Amino acid sequence: MNRDARTGVARRLSPFHFLAGFLERAGSLTVFSARFFPNVLVPPYEFGEVRRHLDELGSRSLPLVGITGFIVGLIIAMQTRPTLFRFGADSFLPAMVAISFVRELGPVITALIVAGRVSSGIGAELGSMRVTEQIDAMEVSGIDPYKFLVVTRVLACVLLQPLLTAIVNAVGLFGSYVAIAIESSMSWRLYWDSVVQSLTFADLVPGLAKTAIFGFIIGIVGCHQGFTAEGGTVGVGKASTTAVVLSSMLIIFVDMILVKLTVVIWP
Amino acid sequence: MALIEIRNLSKSFDENHVLREVNIDVEKGSTVVILGKSGMGKSVLLKIIVGLIRPDSGSVRIDDREVAGMRSKELNELRRTMGYLFQGAALYDSMSVRENLAFPLVRQEKLNEEELEERVLDQLRLVGLQDAIDKMPSELSGGMKKRIGLARALIANPQIMLYDEPTTGLDPITSREISTLIKNLQARYQPTSIAVTHDMQCARIIADTAAILHDGTLDQQGTIEVLERSQDDTVRSFFATQ
Repeated sequence: MNRDARTGVARRLSPFHFLAGFLERAGSLTVFSARFFPNVLVPPYEFGEVRRHLDELGSRSLPLVGITGFIVGLIIAMQTRPTLFRFGADSFLPAMVAISFVRELGPVITALIVAGRVSSGIGAELGSMRVTEQIDAMEVSGIDPYKFLVVTRVLACVLLQPLLTAIVNAVGLFGSYVAIAIESSMSWRLYWDSVVQSLTFADLVPGLAKTAIFGFIIGIVGCHQGFTAEGGTVGVGKASTTAVVLSSMLIIFVDMILVKLTVVIWP
Repeated sequence: MALIEIRNLSKSFDENHVLREVNIDVEKGSTVVILGKSGMGKSVLLKIIVGLIRPDSGSVRIDDREVAGMRSKELNELRRTMGYLFQGAALYDSMSVRENLAFPLVRQEKLNEEELEERVLDQLRLVGLQDAIDKMPSELSGGMKKRIGLARALIANPQIMLYDEPTTGLDPITSREISTLIKNLQARYQPTSIAVTHDMQCARIIADTAAILHDGTLDQQGTIEVLERSQDDTVRSFFATQ
């Protein structure tokens, strides 16, 4: 069952209608995303607005992703150490934690947390602007709302995501050291040397580069949901929820493809 | 010569025929009020004029240029000559009153900070709200929002003003104040204006001519006095309820 946004009347959807609706939304998101690239290059540039979003999105996300990264690092070391110890391989623990964090856990955990916090926030904010005609007001004053509202937010997310991920990686590795130090006598120096020696270019660069793509997904999905919101406050809530669900799913799906690509390029 | 010419304009949403073959001319410098009950498509008409909604058929010509065929750059240039007062004022709620008013100016005119501040303050003085310059929209009453919305719409000296229900949601006294303010600002800036409303008090104050939108058509047009004397059942029923 689905509800008509304008009339509120419940209607049963056939598989054909469901497929048509899915393709329509996918097409709309693709066209909306494609507009970003020419718009980000062409002046006027809204640097002040990008800086404001970097500050807002970054400073508010940092405590959440930092704490989560620390705890995940701690838990991974606590969970893995007994198994490695059983095989006499506990000296590999720093390397194992470092590779898993830098390659996969750091980027994906950060992206999912930011998707939950930022994408939903953008969806709700722009959705609210849409239903209260603020986006229309911008458009009728001859200013492109896509450039002012979407490009600035997406660009902030793209720039922010690698930075947040680097912080999560660092804090996560520190968290895992804390867990190791509680259980053993390993020094920080030895731990850090093991971490540095285990990481290669193929771990660091793809791990951070894909976070920019995750940032793009987080920003563009939130903006698209907000821009296409309809139906008053219900529509705003729906835009916010859908932004989180869709961006999280896309992050995991795109990550799967990027992991495969990374393995092919750097076997 | 009419600055705005609307010919055979039609628009439907699914089965709902909102506008059917609407025709109207708006002379340069005049104010036309379109009267009609809520949900009759008055706002849709304004949004078609400004290019926010595409019509199904018909034409809207502004200064002899067809709006529907314009590219986005040309449409944006046209929009910069227009002001639009939205039903809910549509103030940007993340910006202060100062930033709301400066927003179009910063992006359309090359002004230094002092000139910008002066223009914003001048505009706020006109609507009697210079003390609200640092307030956020959430701190303003409904009447204050309308005044700020009006100040923002007029700050770039538009040639064309569109008013969407300028007095909706206001008490009768504030409604009269806003209508009088619109009349005074019309006299000062002399834009060509279209206002849509169901408020007869507002219409009597600001209108040069009026038209009634009923069942998607605009077939009754004239001055308010002429319409009030009309023997047409639709017109009579509309005035009887006011």
